[in-house]
Amino acid sequence: MRGSGLAVTSALVVDGGLALLIIGLAVWITAARTAYGAAVGFMAYGLLLALVWVRLSAVDVALTEAALGTGLTGLLLVGAAARLAPYEAAESARAPGLGLRVLIGSLCAAVAAGLAAVVLLLPEPAPTLAPLVDANLPPTGVGNPVTGVLMAHRAIDTLLETVVLVPALIGVWSLAADGDWRGRPGSLPALPSSGPLTLLAQVLPPFGILVGAHLVWIGADDPGGKFQGAAVLAAMWVLVLVAGLRRPPLVTSRTPRLLLILGPLVFIAIGTAGIWLAGDFLAYPVGWAKPLILTIEAALTLSVAVVLGLLVAGPPVVDDPGPKARR
Amino acid sequence: MSGETLFGLCGAALVGIGLYGLLCHPGLLRKLLAFNLIGGGVFLLFGVIAKRGGGVLTLAGVRRDGDPVPQALVITGLVVAFAATAIGVALLRRFADASGRSTLEGEDPPLPPSEREAGPS
Repeated sequence: MRGSGLAVTSALVVDGGLALLIIGLAVWITAARTAYGAAVGFMAYGLLLALVWVRLSAVDVALTEAALGTGLTGLLLVGAAARLAPYEAAESARAPGLGLRVLIGSLCAAVAAGLAAVVLLLPEPAPTLAPLVDANLPPTGVGNPVTGVLMAHRAIDTLLETVVLVPALIGVWSLAADGDWRGRPGSLPALPSSGPLTLLAQVLPPFGILVGAHLVWIGADDPGGKFQGAAVLAAMWVLVLVAGLRRPPLVTSRTPRLLLILGPLVFIAIGTAGIWLAGDFLAYPVGWAKPLILTIEAALTLSVAVVLGLLVAGPPVVDDPGPKARR
Repeated sequence: MSGETLFGLCGAALVGIGLYGLLCHPGLLRKLLAFNLIGGGVFLLFGVIAKRGGGVLTLAGVRRDGDPVPQALVITGLVVAFAATAIGVALLRRFADASGRSTLEGEDPPLPPSEREAGPS
C-alpha cells in the first residue's frame, strides 16, 4: 500500500517537473531577447511536449510532435529567425507600453484561469469514444486504434487534411515574385560545404528512410503511421538539401507535382470506389479494409513527405541562373 | 491531483502565455511562435481529455489506454498547424523582403523610402 502510494507520488513529481519545465520554456520563448533564441527554445519545448504525450499514453502523438511539431517546424522557425534578424532591432520600439502590457497580461491570465477551471471541473465519468472504437476495430484489420480512427472511422478528416496540404503548398509557392517562378525553392539556409555535414547527409538518410518506412509499416498495429514516417522521410530529404548534395526540384517540373497529388488521388479513388463496392463514400469492402488502408497509407506517405519537404523549402527563387543549375 | 490534471493546467497556462505573446510582441515571427505555443496548449488539453477517456478501457481490462479519437484529431491538428506555420513563415519572409520591416504596426518604416522601394514587389 505504501509502496504504491510512493510510486504515485514520484510519478506526480516527474509530471510536475515536466510541466514546470514546459511553462518555463514557454515564458522564455515569449521573453527571449532575440527571435533566434526563442526559436531554439521552441525546439526544446516541443521535445518536452513529446515526453508529456508519452506520459499521456499517446505515443502516436508523441512521435508526430517530435518529428513534425519540433523538428520540421523548428527548422522553419530557426531559418526565418536567422533571415529576419537584421530587422529585429526596430521591433522593440513598437512594443506596447507597460500599462497596456499589464492589462493584456491580466486578461490572458483570466483566459488561462478559465481554461484551468474547465480542466478542474471536467465531468466525472469522462465522456469517451474509446470503447466504441475498441469494439469496431477488428473489421478494419488494423490493431492500432489511432490508425483505425484516422483511416477508417474518421477517414474523411484524414482525406481533407491530406488534401489541404496541397493548397498550403500552393499558398507558399504563390508568394514568389513573377520572375522567380521558374526557380527552385530557396528558403533553406545555404550552408558552406563542410566535411561533417556532408558525411552526415550521406550516412544518415539510408537509415532515416528505413526508420520512416518502418514507422509507416508498424503504424497498422503499433504506434507509428504515415504522418510520422513521412515527417522522418521529409527530414532526411531536407538534410540532403541543406548539405547541398542535391538541389530542390524546379517548381515547374512534373515529377514532384505528380507525387504531391498521388496520395490524395489514390485516397479519393478508393473512397469513391467504396460507394459502389461497400455502399458509402470512404467505406471499405468487407475483408479488404486492411490492404486498401495499406495502399492508401503508402501513397499518402510519399505525397506527405514531398509536401512537407517542399513546405520547409519555401517559395521558389532564381538565385544562380548559371548553366550548371541543371542536375 | 493526478498527472492528467497537472498537464491540463499546464496546457491552460500555455494558452495564456501564448496569447500574451501573440498580443504583446510586435515582431511577426514572435507572434508566429506565440501562436504555436497556443497550439501546443490546446493540443495538450485534447491529450488530457483523451487520457481521461481511456480510463474506461483500463477498467474494462483492455491493454490499451487513451481515447484514440482525440489523439487522431491532435495528429491531424499537428500536420495542419505545421502547414499553417509554413505559410506564415513564407508570408513574413516575403513581407520583410518587400517592406524592410518585421512588424505590422506603424506607418513610418525604419528604412528610408528609397531603399524600401528597391525591394521586389
